Amino acid sequence: MSTTSAKPAAIVGEELPVLTRKDFVSDQEVRWCPGCGDYAILAQMQKMLPELRIPRENIVFISGIGCSSRFPYYVETFGFHTIHGRAPAIATGVKTARPELTVFVVTGDGDGLSIGGNHLLHVMRRNVDVTIVLFNNRIYGLTKGQYSPTSEFGKITKSSPFGTTERPLNPIKIALAAGATFVARSVDRDTKHLEEMLYLAATHKGVSFVEVFQNCNIFNDGAFAAFAEKEVRQDRMLYLEHGKPLRFGKERQHGIRLNGFKPEIVENAQSDEGLWVHDAKSASIAAAMALAEMDYPEYPVPVGVFRDVDAPTYEELVAKQIEDARARGEPDFAAVLQGPETWQVE
Amino acid sequence: MTTESPTRREVRIEERDRMTVRFAGDSGDGMQLTGTQFTRTTVIYGNDIATLPDFPAEIRAPQGSLPGVSGFQLSFASTDIKTPGDQPDALVALNPAALRVNIGDLKPGGLIIVDEAEFTPQNLKKAGYESNPLEDGSLSGYQVFRVNITKQTEEALEGLDLPPNRRYQSRNFYALGLVLWLFDRTLDTTIKWATDRFKRNPEILEANLRALKAGYAFGETTEMFHVRYEVPPAKVQPGLYRHISGNEATALGFLAASVLSGLPLVYASYPITPASDILHELSKLKAFGVKTIQAEDEIAAMCMAIGAAYAGHLGLTGTSGPGLALKSEALNLAVMAELPVVVIDVQRAGPSTGMPTKTEQADLLQAMFGRNGDSPVAVVAPATPSDCFTMAIEAFRIALKYMVPVVFLSEGYLANGSEPWRIPSLDELPRIEWHYAAERTDGADGKFNPYQRDPVTLARPWAVPGQRGLQHRIGGLEKSGETGDISYDPGNHHRMTLARKAKVERIVQDIPPASVEGPEEGDLLVVGWGGTYGAISTAAENARKAGKSVAHLHLRYLNPMPANVGEILKRYRKVLVPELNTGQLCLLLRAKYLVDAIPFNKIAGQPFKIAEIEAKIDEVLGLRGPYELEFGPASVLGGG
Repeated sequence: MSTTSAKPAAIVGEELPVLTRKDFVSDQEVRWCPGCGDYAILAQMQKMLPELRIPRENIVFISGIGCSSRFPYYVETFGFHTIHGRAPAIATGVKTARPELTVFVVTGDGDGLSIGGNHLLHVMRRNVDVTIVLFNNRIYGLTKGQYSPTSEFGKITKSSPFGTTERPLNPIKIALAAGATFVARSVDRDTKHLEEMLYLAATHKGVSFVEVFQNCNIFNDGAFAAFAEKEVRQDRMLYLEHGKPLRFGKERQHGIRLNGFKPEIVENAQSDEGLWVHDAKSASIAAAMALAEMDYPEYPVPVGVFRDVDAPTYEELVAKQIEDARARGEPDFAAVLQGPETWQVE
Repeated sequence: MTTESPTRREVRIEERDRMTVRFAGDSGDGMQLTGTQFTRTTVIYGNDIATLPDFPAEIRAPQGSLPGVSGFQLSFASTDIKTPGDQPDALVALNPAALRVNIGDLKPGGLIIVDEAEFTPQNLKKAGYESNPLEDGSLSGYQVFRVNITKQTEEALEGLDLPPNRRYQSRNFYALGLVLWLFDRTLDTTIKWATDRFKRNPEILEANLRALKAGYAFGETTEMFHVRYEVPPAKVQPGLYRHISGNEATALGFLAASVLSGLPLVYASYPITPASDILHELSKLKAFGVKTIQAEDEIAAMCMAIGAAYAGHLGLTGTSGPGLALKSEALNLAVMAELPVVVIDVQRAGPSTGMPTKTEQADLLQAMFGRNGDSPVAVVAPATPSDCFTMAIEAFRIALKYMVPVVFLSEGYLANGSEPWRIPSLDELPRIEWHYAAERTDGADGKFNPYQRDPVTLARPWAVPGQRGLQHRIGGLEKSGETGDISYDPGNHHRMTLARKAKVERIVQDIPPASVEGPEEGDLLVVGWGGTYGAISTAAENARKAGKSVAHLHLRYLNPMPANVGEILKRYRKVLVPELNTGQLCLLLRAKYLVDAIPFNKIAGQPFKIAEIEAKIDEVLGLRGPYELEFGPASVLGGG
């Protein structure tokens, strides 16, 4: 039995709810294709949510359209399955009205970067305190297999039988360029890492953006297998840690150093001397951008927190202006109705 | 040295019950300011007034060009008036282009004041004049007063340390001073306003006040004018009054909805002509807890309003026609999720970008039907600038009680037009009823159904995040009326569609019955909606004064319409529907009530003139032959 309180404990300092993963499982049957990477993300989310120690009724999941956007139905919180691409705008409305709520936006590569690209940019630019989880499977799954804005150049799909003629977007670079204050990446199959990223994103104050490489086993199976499979992961992914030198490999034997703006692999680096030290707190996005450009097979693929900086949130600033206005004087409705000038008719 | 004391000449005062003045000049000449200041002086004096600003489309078209002409028309009277007047009695034209654009509207024998310094060969050419109208006799049907406003303003400003172009900019104050003299009005209101407005620019204040006083003094001393016009104060209901535009009244009405409901207002909007002023007004009201968001686009603005409504606050967005088109998908989400959002559409001339600064009423069918699926929303439309206040409160009263999106259809004509408004006290305003769903403690029986409808209103419960035990999922997919879960059940979709429709229809039990102005039955009923109220009401009243059996029904609730509309329509032999579109309300009335309504349509970006409606009334009554607007079908579509 859960002991949820009526008000968010974090706000009023009451006793914190003790919840378990099961408390966040809704009564709805999960309807993704068997084997879909979405299951892993849902499981990690449900595992992570109790750690936030926030009553379920103070949590809102908002999604757009697509396979990933079915997510809110499966989580026992408030949920709003909205329209294609618009979840960030609806979340902005929710948070502006009610800053005390904990809001998640669940989106995909099509929903977030194609039809809803504009809203995604602006929710990040404004630093609205929401956690955005973008399931990137590099394909359109719900519509059965067309290329997406993150599909690799030349990809053959139902709508590109001769290969695409479009270059893909890099979600991490978009988030960094839009000024997101928390930017991270994880993989559906690396459940422990994924859960940690979700937790860090959810507890970050300000906008958090998490790209999750998610396998669509029906329309784009194995899109990330070359570097994300368990056997090769340590050698082909780069786990970012703030303040630590960039190292990878089963024994963390290889390092990365910077030559100008270009990363270079240092095989079997004996010492940390000269290795690129990851700074997620940097005000500049230059280094994070260079990391985001690293891709397999030339480099290991970076996962983890690219950026984690503090900045006032949008809703905080909006509330502050209201507070300041009230400090200047109590609102007087009659006076506002009267406007600058009145006259009396007897 | 001899001093010549000016002898006080004879100036006759002519009393009129109504005068209409139009100020016109280049868009850089400050005509809106001049008109507004004259309006302020006049309302404080006690006249009833109605105004019509007419902005050029271009921010700053080439100086002196025809597209660059900006105008402001004001009608003021000692009686109750409802329109800014068909034809100006007086025209102030600060350049040849302003004269050329506006002369056609002036009443025969009307008064023209021009700045003769501007009638240079170059300016005449820009305005498309082959010869100087001041000299070629083409203005012989009017009283023309040639005043060298430019030169006299410069002389009045002598000794001030201002560059020549800045001196030139005080011409509008000179013209204002002269017109204030002509209508026997005080300078005090303008002086008080200017002193505050230009307090940080003492040089400019000095320049403007000198120009203002010089214009007044010119009227006083010149031999040119022999008549001044006196329009005595109007007799109106006692009370405290202010001057208010439609957009101001809209902003204040939605603030009132917040005050009356006790729910904070969130206004999300993307700037668009002619709705932006609502954003400007609401963004000043932070002390009331009003939160304004300048969204990244129209769609986001709609979605943010939905988010605010979902979170339990007043969600409001505002736009004009093209923006409503962009919002339609999200508005449909609010229909499906049954959330109480309000959308302001300040209509402008369309389709597409159309004529952004010009008025029209052509979004009625878009508001009614412009979404996929069967998607009913409530629609209300204010009739006058100050009625925007009342109908804004109505919009949220309906939205909250019925958990339904409401479209508030304003118009450019109402938004920018203004009138005196008796300021209501808080206890005169209606109550706004709302409640959130009841919270549930753990262990409550069964699961929470977000579509458990109120038996009277059919509203679903407003269960907002943070409410204990009410976790649920809603969205754009059809839901089961029984469980709130996604449902593709055929019977359920049929029932839910009918429930959404019935819910909007039931609003009829909460809106006042329609009433007519004029006889309860008779030869002709003129039916209108929105900003055409003034013109139709006046035309119908004039017809009754002439002994004709003409009544006027004006609809402020468009969906649903008041319960008695069908019955009213049957009491008249003929029904005429004037609209600033190609017949949208007429189509609805014909479809809904099987009435042989006659459309009368003007799609010119301008409001109806009273005389146009009067002529059409006479045609329908068989008192004259077919009447057609000057740009009517015959002139447009041609023969053959």
